[in-house]
Amino acid sequence: MHETMVAQSLIEIIVDEAAKNNAKPVSAKISCGTLNPVNDEVLIFAFEAIAKDTPCEGVKLQVEHKPLQARCKNCDRNFDVEPSRPECPKCGGNDFELQPDAPLILEEIEFQTE
Amino acid sequence: MKKINVGKKILTENEKYALENSLFFSRQKKICLNIISSPGSGKTTILERTIRELKGKIKIGVIEGDIQTDIDAQRIRATEAPVVQINTEGACHLSAAQINDALKQLPVGHLDLILIENVGNLVCPSAFELGENGKIVVLSVAEGDDKPAKYPAIFAKSKVMLINKIDLLDAGQVDFDIERARADARKLNKAIEIFPISAKRGDGMTQWYDWLVNQVEKSAE
Repeated sequence: MHETMVAQSLIEIIVDEAAKNNAKPVSAKISCGTLNPVNDEVLIFAFEAIAKDTPCEGVKLQVEHKPLQARCKNCDRNFDVEPSRPECPKCGGNDFELQPDAPLILEEIEFQTE
Repeated sequence: MKKINVGKKILTENEKYALENSLFFSRQKKICLNIISSPGSGKTTILERTIRELKGKIKIGVIEGDIQTDIDAQRIRATEAPVVQINTEGACHLSAAQINDALKQLPVGHLDLILIENVGNLVCPSAFELGENGKIVVLSVAEGDDKPAKYPAIFAKSKVMLINKIDLLDAGQVDFDIERARADARKLNKAIEIFPISAKRGDGMTQWYDWLVNQVEKSAE
C-alpha cells in the first residue's frame, strides 16, 4: 500500500530531472530490495494515475528486484537468499551473515531526443 | 534516446525526518522503540501493562498511531503516561514526519523511553524508518505460527519478537507451535530476542521488562 507514496516521490524526481535535462522522459528504471519490496502492478497503476497531466504521463516504468545476499559462515560462499528457505545452496548451511538489503533507488531515466 | 543514470534514493523525504528523529534521540539519550503487528495482536494491552508495572522504574511516553479514533490514546492516558495520538486518516503506516511532529508534543525531557504503537499492519510499517532505536514485532498466537515465514521483512528487521496471548494455548483451542515461529523468525535474524508473553495474565512479562530496562540503562551511559 505504500506504492502510492513511492510513485509520488518517483514522479517528483523524474519531473525535476526532466527540467534539468530539458527533455521529455519516456521510461524509467527503479530497483528495490527483498525486505522493502514494491508490488510492480500496484506501483505502475499508482504511477500512471498520478502521472496524468504531468511530464511523466506515458513514461514506462520498469522495476528490478534485487535479491537479498548473504555470506555463508561455513563455506564462505556468497549467495542470493531465498527468504522462504534461507540456506547456502552449496553446503546447505544456515549460519550466514546477511548483507544489507538493497534500497529503493531510481536507477535511470531515458529521454526522448530530437 | 538519451539515457541518464540517476542513482537516487526514492523515499528520501521520510529518510530525512527519520535521520532527524534518530539524532534527536541520541542527543537526548532517549530510547525509542517502534511496535509493529497485525491489528488485534495486543499492542495496546502490552503497553498498558508495561507502563503500569514499570512505574517508578522507567518513565514511558507513548505515540499512538491509528487510522481513526483516539481509543488507544484514552487507554494509555488512563495509565497516566503522556501520550500523543496520530490519526493517519487512511494511511497504513506512520511516517517519520508524523513522529517528528508528535515528539514536540511529548515531555521528552522527563521521559526515559518513547514507545510508538504503529498502525496495525504487518507489511507497510516495516518499510518506513521512523528514526527509532529498534523495532518490536508482536505476534499473537491466534494469528498462526506461520507468520514469520509469510511476512519475513518485519521479523528480519526487529530486535524483539513478543509472542502474545500465550494464555490462549492453555485451553488447547489454538494451535500455535512456539518453536516453529521461533525457528522461522531466526532464519533471517539470528539476533532477534523472543519473549512468549501474555499481556493479559502477565506470563513472561518480566523478561520483556528486563530487556527494556537494560536498553534504557545502556542509552543513559
